[in-house]
Amino acid sequence: MNAPYAPVLEALTRLRGIRGALVVSGSDGLVVAESLIGGLKGGPLAAVAATLAGRAIELAGRGGFGAPRFLHLQADDGALLVAPAADLLLVAVAGRDVALGLLRLEMLRTAERLR
Amino acid sequence: MQAVEPWVIPPLRTFVGESSARLALLMTSSGQVIAQHGFVGALDLMAAAALGAGIVASSTELALQVGWDPFQIVAHQGQRQAHFLAWFDTPRGRWVALVVFGTETKLGLVQVFFEQLVQELAAAAPVQDEPRREVLAADFERELNASLRSLFGR
Repeated sequence: MNAPYAPVLEALTRLRGIRGALVVSGSDGLVVAESLIGGLKGGPLAAVAATLAGRAIELAGRGGFGAPRFLHLQADDGALLVAPAADLLLVAVAGRDVALGLLRLEMLRTAERLR
Repeated sequence: MQAVEPWVIPPLRTFVGESSARLALLMTSSGQVIAQHGFVGALDLMAAAALGAGIVASSTELALQVGWDPFQIVAHQGQRQAHFLAWFDTPRGRWVALVVFGTETKLGLVQVFFEQLVQELAAAAPVQDEPRREVLAADFERELNASLRSLFGR
């Protein structure tokens, strides 16, 4: 794990049900730091999260909504959550039994600190 | 998309589609073109292959000089487009991939699908019966012309 970001990721991964958290470079979709469990692969997750966030940012810009503050992709077995922070993205993968409100709050706080 | 070795086309086509690459070039480590997507001129293609192979060779040597493992990936990021250059080992020897992509995709995504391409090429490569020949100067021009005919129908 990239040492400067270790406390950031620990704050997220200590929440129950979190399967992983990453700091990702938004412009190129590469992993800056990661803390993952259960065989999740950081590279593909980072690439997909950055692509998704890039599209959402472009869409929000064209729609005149301003920059998105939070993205939440809910699937049957879990969720992918992304909080943009300047050129970085804070990404979390949550299982089904996660307190999403708490996680969202923590991610927004952390993203604010990363800006 | 054209290829000197047709079995390369399905994995390369999948890679280009999924990564949204604008240009893709597969070559041997000596710069001999195996397959290409998106190039329209023989001159551009041959120059890109020679330069790509040269960059891989010089960056490998640079890493050796400073006592590091050879760089496997070299990426140059521009304002509107970028290129990704990487070497990889196949059953046919060491190959190099040059991928040019724009703002519609990201380096991370290109890298993820490139790893998949390498696996698919390894799985698709036919077994080679003949032992690998050394490339001789006398064969070079003939092989170059044969490659150009395959790639551009000239």
